[in-house]
Amino acid sequence: MKKTPPERLIDENGRRIDGRLPDEMRPLRIEAGVLKNADGSAYVELGNNKVIAAAYGPREVVPRHEALPDRAVFRCRYTMLPFSVDERKSPQPSRREVELSKVIREALAPAIFLQEYPRTAIEVYINIIQADGGTRTASIIAGAVALADAGISMRDLVAAIAVGKIGDILVLDINGLEDQFGDGDMPIAMMPSRGEITLLQADGVYTPQQIEEAIKLAQKAIQKIYAEQVRALKSKYEAIKESE
Amino acid sequence: MSEERIYLPSIKRDVILASLAKGERLDGRKFDQYREIRLEKGIVGKAEGSARVYIGSTQVIAGVKLSIGNPFPDTPNEGVQIVNAELSPLASPLFEWGPPGEEDIELARVIDRGLRSARTVDLSKLVIIPGTKVWTLYIDIYPLDHDGNIIDAAGLAALLALLDTKVPKTTVDSGKITVLEEKEPLPVTNLVIYVTVAKIDEYLILDPTLEEELAADAKITFGVTEKGEICAIQKSGEGSFKPEEVLKARDLAINASKQLFEAVKKTVGLADMPQQAQQA
Repeated sequence: MKKTPPERLIDENGRRIDGRLPDEMRPLRIEAGVLKNADGSAYVELGNNKVIAAAYGPREVVPRHEALPDRAVFRCRYTMLPFSVDERKSPQPSRREVELSKVIREALAPAIFLQEYPRTAIEVYINIIQADGGTRTASIIAGAVALADAGISMRDLVAAIAVGKIGDILVLDINGLEDQFGDGDMPIAMMPSRGEITLLQADGVYTPQQIEEAIKLAQKAIQKIYAEQVRALKSKYEAIKESE
Repeated sequence: MSEERIYLPSIKRDVILASLAKGERLDGRKFDQYREIRLEKGIVGKAEGSARVYIGSTQVIAGVKLSIGNPFPDTPNEGVQIVNAELSPLASPLFEWGPPGEEDIELARVIDRGLRSARTVDLSKLVIIPGTKVWTLYIDIYPLDHDGNIIDAAGLAALLALLDTKVPKTTVDSGKITVLEEKEPLPVTNLVIYVTVAKIDEYLILDPTLEEELAADAKITFGVTEKGEICAIQKSGEGSFKPEEVLKARDLAINASKQLFEAVKKTVGLADMPQQAQQA
């Protein structure tokens, strides 16, 4: 089940291993309201990634002593299902999952009017059903739609995409192979209408100038993702309207 | 082990902001001014390498231990690097006792990523029997006193501890490993420095104190190499940055890294510095 390193990640025509150009994103599909029990939910496919998110709240804080007097407690859990990757992942939370839960929470939190919901909890649960590079960005896309679908009041949605590095070329939306054998991964999340960055991480080595270029590259894609998030949310309610 | 869930009184935040509006920080520093740092290495005789770092009154120690183990299957010809950090209640009332929490794990993983991206340790030189036996390098980081900016202090402590590390020589005779008394320095080939910038309202400040951190909307940490390249980024906190703020923070970090590299070199002594670091 192990992957062998590809001979090269970019060919002489500038095409990547899956045929994409450096600034090309994988196909994105978003569906809002896919679960019955959750207050809000979303399903996202980004290339081969399959991600489902459920949002709850505002609801009672359990345990109660964790409630905050001036705003909602916001929680987030990112879980990779054991069969989502080549080698079975143990169902116990890994250190990676703990860190990703934190950075995803901090990516979504700036968009939520937490002060409007004191003494309550707002929670987002994310399951990675299939992983192929970029699960945290797909999770943020799904989490934001799930929160909006739950009717939580928000400043903006949050959209996210990773910029990677292959040799010295910046490439948009790296897949699993590019992540494993490439030279860097820089996931970026933004509130698209406000133009503010809510998640920024990086590994790999970049010149100062490349940081700026990477943000610009991500920004363009984030506007496209945002349009798709809005379309998914609207189409759910249009479908309800039509059925009436 | 910890959740930073203690809040600054809002009046304190107002005081900090009023001061920043006048261009001053409460401790008298400029926005782009780092606190005084103190670096010590070789503080633990039992460890293969160790260091203590003070940034103002923030204090962090790090130790390196080595053991012989198996390589990861996907990197059979490289030693193993493991970074661990523990935010113990010894260091702050904000830290709770218990299994590692989000903050501990994030701290360790960010330090680990920067060291890997910059290829600080040449892991290929830590192989004893190719494919089967390698040195495992444990870097354990323990904050002792938390007055803000634990991450930069942890990065400095880890780097200094690595520069202090001596690896025993080994001989291999028909598959049997003998560890010799004689030691050689750990192959540290590239240095990395972490620099954190906090955003309080519209203000970007370098090296935040604890109360500045608690007042901050968000923080961003850059791993910087000696060439002034960026080898790690981590935004944290429930706030956001405008793209131009990220770039301004990047410049602040690159600038501040220069004096920190100087301090590290001075502490280690140029003769002990890795080749590349000497040339720079």
